[in-house]
Amino acid sequence: MAKGDPILEVDHLVKHFRIKSGIVFDREVASVKAVDDVSLTLHEGETLGLVGESGCGKSTLCRTIIQLLDPTAGSVKYKGKELVGLSRKNMRPVRREIQMIFQDPYASLNPRKRVGQIIGDPIALHGLASGTQLRREVQQLMERVGLQPEHFNRYPHEFSGGQRQRIGIARALALRPTLIIADEPVSALDVSIQAQIINLLEDVQEEFGLSYLFVAHDLGVVRHVSDRIAVMYLGKIVEDSGADELYDKPIHPYTNALLSAVPIPDPRQNSARERLVLEGDVPSPIDPPPGCRFHTRCPWSTEVCTSDEPALLDHRPEHLAACHHPRNV
Amino acid sequence: MGGPLLEIDDLKVDFATDEGTVHAVGGVSFSLEAGEVLSIVGESGCGKSVTAMTILGLTRGTNSRISGSVRYQGKELTTASNDELEAIRGDRIAMVFQDPMSSFNPVHKIGDQIIEAIQAHRDLDNKAAKKKAIESLESVGIPDAERRADHYPFEFSGGMRQRAMIAMALALEPAVLIADEPSTALDVTIQAQIIKLLQDLNQEQGLSVILITHDLGVVAEIADRVLVMYAGQVVEQGSLDEIFYDPQHPYTWGLLGSIARLDQERPDRLPQIGGQPPSLLAPPAGCRFAPRCPHVFEKCSELPDLKERVPKAKGHADRCWLSPDEKKKLREVDGRIGLESPEAVA
Repeated sequence: MAKGDPILEVDHLVKHFRIKSGIVFDREVASVKAVDDVSLTLHEGETLGLVGESGCGKSTLCRTIIQLLDPTAGSVKYKGKELVGLSRKNMRPVRREIQMIFQDPYASLNPRKRVGQIIGDPIALHGLASGTQLRREVQQLMERVGLQPEHFNRYPHEFSGGQRQRIGIARALALRPTLIIADEPVSALDVSIQAQIINLLEDVQEEFGLSYLFVAHDLGVVRHVSDRIAVMYLGKIVEDSGADELYDKPIHPYTNALLSAVPIPDPRQNSARERLVLEGDVPSPIDPPPGCRFHTRCPWSTEVCTSDEPALLDHRPEHLAACHHPRNV
Repeated sequence: MGGPLLEIDDLKVDFATDEGTVHAVGGVSFSLEAGEVLSIVGESGCGKSVTAMTILGLTRGTNSRISGSVRYQGKELTTASNDELEAIRGDRIAMVFQDPMSSFNPVHKIGDQIIEAIQAHRDLDNKAAKKKAIESLESVGIPDAERRADHYPFEFSGGMRQRAMIAMALALEPAVLIADEPSTALDVTIQAQIIKLLQDLNQEQGLSVILITHDLGVVAEIADRVLVMYAGQVVEQGSLDEIFYDPQHPYTWGLLGSIARLDQERPDRLPQIGGQPPSLLAPPAGCRFAPRCPHVFEKCSELPDLKERVPKAKGHADRCWLSPDEKKKLREVDGRIGLESPEAVA
């Protein structure tokens, strides 16, 4: 695929949450290093997948990118324009172009609003349409995402999980955005419904010319939708590569472990392949391990991993990884 | 001893709700042999959890109606008194639930909760019960179990909590463990650890397991036999290989086909099953999958029995009117098993 211009450039982005203690003095006692020096580039028309386990900072990264959280340091550029430090007023036109789809279709729709309102409100708020024209537009959107337009006046609780996710997608599309950040859009859904939603997301991507930042923990789903994939561990990107290459020749041991942890729905292949089962849990982001953050769970870690932090380097063209003992190179 | 450990026969569970009667389980029959891992797969609302809970009498209530039979080593459980049930539940048949975050009482120490479970069934003093609890925590791979037993649930990570849950279930050395989506709420690397643990327990201690899940990958890894449930009924049952390599029911094809798989080239579009599962307030009269099935024909307005339809495949049963030869042809989509080509759905 021909690469478009970069639509989103994240450069050395840092988001630390301060933990405070004391009533009078409000001392800062520690900080949660949720996102720690993350750089990413998303090109126009592409899908960038972001994978990692719970607590690795994926969602914080998304929220920091769209400035729902103020970054501690670093820069986020949308179409070359710096977003960090932008005033609310100046941010507003950008918000039209960057939309989000959330994980939980039960919690992300206001239960007291009708579907028509949920989808139509962004359009009305930005003053793009009103009255019958607004209604017509909402109904077109509903039809496009596979909902029945006559359900315009229904409430979210009258819909199933998959249909609710369709409502979320229609709402995101309402302002004709160019970039959609989808934070685990299918993980709350059943397999057969997951496939429906993934297909819908891919169809509207082509139709509306969208770029996606697609966050998920299911590696099968991420590989299916992504052009590039970034793997995150404890607030850092550990590997960033083309989607197929990441699966064929992972460099970082963590990527290796993630891939080998995914059970394959084929009994014979499953028993034939060698598995790398990681011991232990993800360490706390309040006090991440020194050196390489993965060294506490890595089967190949050595002295150097405990002291020196590996840099994110090109090990193959367009294939970055942060590891002292790279695999497959 | 011979004979199956657990026999479920034509189990039906209805719940009265404000909207009407929900037919959650509509005639489920299966048996569990000693030392076997039986997996029940299906999507949310297909009745798999209700089936499991009914085995343990957890769905008894004023708004539920249970018919059919559940026998543990020949003993009928559906009509057993609460005392009789109590002697089996937690002791001979234990259960692990999906959400490790909410299955423990947050205000009691993990160790104390396991001790309570032990003392409810065994006449042991505190010291002996504590020793047993710690042994049990050790056996599921909790490091430093003696100290960890004095910790509260919030001090455990998700994976650790699920291990502790399994430790509690296994403390009394039950014959059957019912695990309801034990790894669904966990990350993949932790999920792999839990599945490995269940596998070890099954192979080393001969624990019989009923594993309820929606993840066919997990099934492929651990199950001996598989039941596929749809809308409150078993639509197909068979050995692991039969379900994965010779599936007979279109719903099973759809499930197998719609997964984004790591071990295969990625298709342009994911094959999907159109539509949604029916409401169990008024399930379709004929085959319950018919409204979503692309291969539907006249006969499907009648409900097919669950029976062996493939010649010479004992124990491989399904609910579909198509002949095995027709199925062989129809399930082949672009060289792999699926319900229909994705373009047809679009």
